[in-house]
Amino acid sequence: MEKKEHIISILVHNKPDVLARIAGTLGGKGYNIESLCVNSTTQYEISKIVMTTVGTKETINRIEGQLRRLVDVIQVDNLTNVESIHRELILVRLNLTPDKKEQIQEAIETNKWKIIVNADAYVVLEIIGDQSQIGFALARLEPMGIADITRTGIIALNLEH
Amino acid sequence: MKLKGTEILLKVLEEEKVEIIFGYPGGAVLDIYDQLYKSKMKHILVRHEQGAVHAADGYARSTGKVGVCLVTSGPGATNTVTGIATANMDSIPLVVFTGQVPTGLIGNDAFQECDITGITRPCTKHNFLVRNIEDLAATVKEAFHIARSGRPGPVLVDLPKNVMAASTEYDPANIKIRNQEAAYRPAFKKMADLQEMLTTARKPLIMTGGGVILGRASDLLTEMARKYQIPVTGTLMGLGSFPGTDPLWLGMLGMHGTYYANMAISHCDLLIAVGVRFDDRVTGTIETFAARAKIVHIDIDPSSINKNVAVDLPIIGDTKAVLKDLMKYLDEHNFTLDTAGRKEWLDQIADWKKQVPLTYCQNGTVIKPQYVIETLYKLTQGDAIITTEVGQNQMWTAQFFPFDKPNTLVSSGGLGTMGFGFPAAIGVKCAFPDKHVVDIAGDGSIQMNIQELATAAQYQINVKIVLLNNGYLGMVRQWQELFYEKRYSFTDMTYAPDFVKLAEAFGVVGLRATKPEEVEPTLKEGLSLDKPVLMDFRVSREECVYPMVHPGDSISNMSLGSREMIN
Repeated sequence: MEKKEHIISILVHNKPDVLARIAGTLGGKGYNIESLCVNSTTQYEISKIVMTTVGTKETINRIEGQLRRLVDVIQVDNLTNVESIHRELILVRLNLTPDKKEQIQEAIETNKWKIIVNADAYVVLEIIGDQSQIGFALARLEPMGIADITRTGIIALNLEH
Repeated sequence: MKLKGTEILLKVLEEEKVEIIFGYPGGAVLDIYDQLYKSKMKHILVRHEQGAVHAADGYARSTGKVGVCLVTSGPGATNTVTGIATANMDSIPLVVFTGQVPTGLIGNDAFQECDITGITRPCTKHNFLVRNIEDLAATVKEAFHIARSGRPGPVLVDLPKNVMAASTEYDPANIKIRNQEAAYRPAFKKMADLQEMLTTARKPLIMTGGGVILGRASDLLTEMARKYQIPVTGTLMGLGSFPGTDPLWLGMLGMHGTYYANMAISHCDLLIAVGVRFDDRVTGTIETFAARAKIVHIDIDPSSINKNVAVDLPIIGDTKAVLKDLMKYLDEHNFTLDTAGRKEWLDQIADWKKQVPLTYCQNGTVIKPQYVIETLYKLTQGDAIITTEVGQNQMWTAQFFPFDKPNTLVSSGGLGTMGFGFPAAIGVKCAFPDKHVVDIAGDGSIQMNIQELATAAQYQINVKIVLLNNGYLGMVRQWQELFYEKRYSFTDMTYAPDFVKLAEAFGVVGLRATKPEEVEPTLKEGLSLDKPVLMDFRVSREECVYPMVHPGDSISNMSLGSREMIN
């Protein structure tokens, strides 16, 4: 059976422990969470969790089943096989060392990366995109010496309903 | 009306029609116990918190109601974990109240503090920490609702000391809880598919499980099987959901299932599995399980479907509702039984029953454990509620005591918890004081919660312990004999207390039988006494449970003991 990445969107009651319940349900049964994003929806008492996990179709069905059993889970959607958009965000600091400074400034211009902090010694960039765009950016950033980086999990929006 | 937390708790328990609490006091629950002292609520003081949970579990399994226990924080709470996990694996509705240190101290490593909601998250259906007095009533109500709705299970409610001492306005009419009951929609397309399958099937078989008992669907299942002449096998948890004395009954299937049940599974062409989850002890190798059959799976829990066994027709819903709709559908669509075709299949099963019946050999001067169980059945006419421990005692009970009614076998199936049967029997007896309640035990298991003899003696809870004493951890020894060349690594339990004297020391009657002819008189005496009784039967030391499917093997491939292997 072919393993692939699945993006699962979960609506939950915003109760204490709800994230621990979800993480525990997956972890305890041997499934790994690859990426995770959580925040409340327009209603404070309901949160949306978007997570990605890798597995076969059977594994993912099992994961969805286990999640639906949880009392605080309202709805579980697998966004992998429906029309949906995905985004990740990275914040990255590049040190403007004399040997790299020119190369960095040139790359920022070419790729139209957004500078959110522009200091003498370093810049902080904010880059938003889907997985392949982020991958593309990272491949370009790495040779310039990444001083620090933070990457969010994937967020996704179902376009079918 | 302004009430204290402890008063609100007791009020809600009364509203939930709680009749009895099994518990053990301690620092963090002093206020609750003070309230109990003033109330009419019945409370049984156990001798270990694990016993409290098993007793509540036995009460729940035999009555179908929610079992309740109350323990203190820290070690009191952690001692409940085995009991909670036991109930969780078998989907038993419990509400477990644990004390907690005051909210201001939570996280400070206070005396007798532990994160019990964290510890029990993976082994409860749900749990709560009540942080505010305003949430108390609704949380407790919701806990009961969650425990008994859908696929039932244990719910833990952690009660900080200061919350219980605080006061708030209490208005029972104003408590709102979330509804967990999934709406069941009868799927007529599926009923049509099932009718089609039943029409074409030559060798249909029903496999009944704990979900039929929990869903109170035994009568319907029995009616259906009899009406359409479909033979029935069951899992350990399903015993009693179809009459064990009915000619259509094949006994338990699986690792220690009957030859004919396992053969029927392997040869059937339609398997209707109701309220089961296809545990590995039941299926053997998945690839060969019911390999010739189309499988219909009726279960309330969608996550059970296609979890272990791939099924052809899943029907998700409460077993009772589904079976009711199915019967109605078959009636309305003029489903008729192919009597001639069915006879062939039933004859085949009768042949298997004749070829390899469940058997043992009671001769000589040593008591055979199976003989004790058969004699117990004979003397009670099956009119008893039986609890078991775990291991050989449990499997022999499943094989040699036919259960005709649901909720009459109380046994830890999924988790296989040694020490379960005796405290569970105490809980059962509290619900059914006029019935024979017998714990069929082994000498290993009984020592795991032996302290509850004091509970039985104190309240004169007249349970009977039938101890099949072989001086071994019998089932583990059996595996060592069969798969580890008789290297009996730490399974010899010859060093044990004198159980008769031990019983007497606790204020419980102790009886002993060492010869086959003493079995019946000992059981007769033990059953007739209006006291808790421990009967120590010194049984054949190296008797094995047969048939046995070797782990990882196909269930049609059974080892039959003195007979040769049959394929």
